[in-house]
Amino acid sequence: MIFNKDSWKEIFDTIKKNKLRTFLSGFTVAMGIFIFIILFGFGNGLQNSFAKFFTDDQINTIRIYPSSTSLPYRGYASNRRIEFTNQDLIEIKENFKLEVEDIVVRNTRFNQIKYKEKSNNYQVRAVSPGHKEAEVTIIMKGRYLNEGDMTKKKKHIVIGRLVEQDLFDGKKAIGEYIFGNGHSWRVVGVFQDEGGDREERTLYVPYTTLQEIEKKNDKIEQMIVVYNSNMTYDQSVILENKLEHYIKEKKFISPDDNRGIYISNTGEEIENSQNFASVLQMIVSFIGIGTLIAGIIGISNIMVFVVKERTKELGIRKAIGATPKSIITMILQESIFITTISGYAGLILAMIVLKLIGNNLEEKYFISNPYIDTGNALMATLILIFFGALAGYLPARKAAKIKPIIALRDK
Amino acid sequence: MIEIKKLNKSYVIGKNSLHVLKGIDLKINEGELVAIMGSSGSGKSTLLNIIGILDNYESGSYTLDNVPIKNLNETKAAKYRNQFLGFVFQSFNLINYKTALENIALPLYYQGISRKKRQSIALEYLGKVGLTAWADHLPSELSGGQNQRIAIARALASQPKVLLADEPTGALDSQTSEEVMGLIKKINKEGKTILVVTHEHEIANMCNRIITLKDGIIMTDVKIK
Repeated sequence: MIFNKDSWKEIFDTIKKNKLRTFLSGFTVAMGIFIFIILFGFGNGLQNSFAKFFTDDQINTIRIYPSSTSLPYRGYASNRRIEFTNQDLIEIKENFKLEVEDIVVRNTRFNQIKYKEKSNNYQVRAVSPGHKEAEVTIIMKGRYLNEGDMTKKKKHIVIGRLVEQDLFDGKKAIGEYIFGNGHSWRVVGVFQDEGGDREERTLYVPYTTLQEIEKKNDKIEQMIVVYNSNMTYDQSVILENKLEHYIKEKKFISPDDNRGIYISNTGEEIENSQNFASVLQMIVSFIGIGTLIAGIIGISNIMVFVVKERTKELGIRKAIGATPKSIITMILQESIFITTISGYAGLILAMIVLKLIGNNLEEKYFISNPYIDTGNALMATLILIFFGALAGYLPARKAAKIKPIIALRDK
Repeated sequence: MIEIKKLNKSYVIGKNSLHVLKGIDLKINEGELVAIMGSSGSGKSTLLNIIGILDNYESGSYTLDNVPIKNLNETKAAKYRNQFLGFVFQSFNLINYKTALENIALPLYYQGISRKKRQSIALEYLGKVGLTAWADHLPSELSGGQNQRIAIARALASQPKVLLADEPTGALDSQTSEEVMGLIKKINKEGKTILVVTHEHEIANMCNRIITLKDGIIMTDVKIK
């Protein structure tokens, strides 16, 4: 019956001659799918934006900052200032060489930087080359600081995109000399950073050079420990604890002292953000399923109404020889045909709309690149078609059971 | 053609049961044109529905063209209806979104006849009721008399053994009624067995046998020459 050409012809006839009815049920399905896909896509877009906020800095780092102790320990008074030195750096590297890929140095200053008549105050970071990866700095022109700059203590400087804009007015910056902290620095690179304007108004110099010009000291302010990227979050916490224990011992800080050093694991932020993302995912799924249920209820209503409206017609068909099976098949075929066609139309339309929206909503609504994967979209369409058919089947079965005399009653 | 023996039928309404047909005995031969008369509540429509396999009965027997009709399931009932019976109703019961021709062809669709053949058979019967020019009109575009003629053509298209007409002129004026009855008589003369349920004496008098029902019993059974 289902593959009978003649029965399809009968169904097309019926569809063609009942345009309003066809439109109503088709529209409900198309609308349901459309809204589902748009909402789901927006949800994914929100997640995309969210993910972007957290990918600025490399994820597998532990940051260590020295501070002052708050407890006396082993003959040292409290309130003692802790400082790291180059020697500490070497020793920590040696001690943790299995777990740690690199320990990046960052000493931060604020300097007035001058180029010809223009000058401005900027954050200047004295760093080691590994800082580029740890901070996810993207080189636009020239190069980043390298090992040669470190060992030869070169007065080389890498400037942010906005620094270049401020001082050079679009002219070539690479190879020019800028003045700051009492010295001349040669610009070797220009970078951009997804971290925002503040990050792009920063300059990088070799930490060894800064130590040299600051009366040959060997102080290190912040160490960024880059651990093996294949370590799990739990393993990184263990490493964090080991590092804390080791440094406290080395610097004579009481194990009970909450101060002395600060240590923070970006893995933790990632863990938190992943938790938040999964909550977001749940909300999105909830909205999606809600829309789908609303769609199912909509199509069910229409189907019940359609069969009710056709009771008399079905009675006539039965009186002139239609079997209950042929009645059910007819209604099912019709409803599946309409829901499939319109479901597909809604699907395509929604995909096009999502594509057109693209990144237009990113700045105001934090929805970047909304999308739905085709599998999910097709699944939703199939679910709606299935329930549309089911919603048609139940009243159709009832209608097929009605005795023709009752359906044909004149009153 | 139709043989009914001691037929009983009652409707259960709540706790009460209403005995509608009380032991009907009836034999109708092939080629007869029979009118079934009676006031409302006499059981005449119930009898027609049972004969038309639209309704079932409790006791007795009913054979149609030597086939016993009792306790049929829906599929079987549908098959026999399609094979043996043609229906004409007071309110025509045409499908309103189908044209005259498509309405006539519909019973043939359920017989599994090919589309082309359906078309030609339907056109032939449309010609028989004199409405060839109206083939592509919807029921809403036709007069009552025209609609009833279409309904008659539809009933005949499946070549039934018996034509059952339930108040076929009930919704028509007297002149149109006469035309429709003329058509029914003509079909009868061609050999078709026809049962007409009516409460109008003029209509009944156009048939060649009148059965009068009262309170579920056959009161009179008169042959008209």
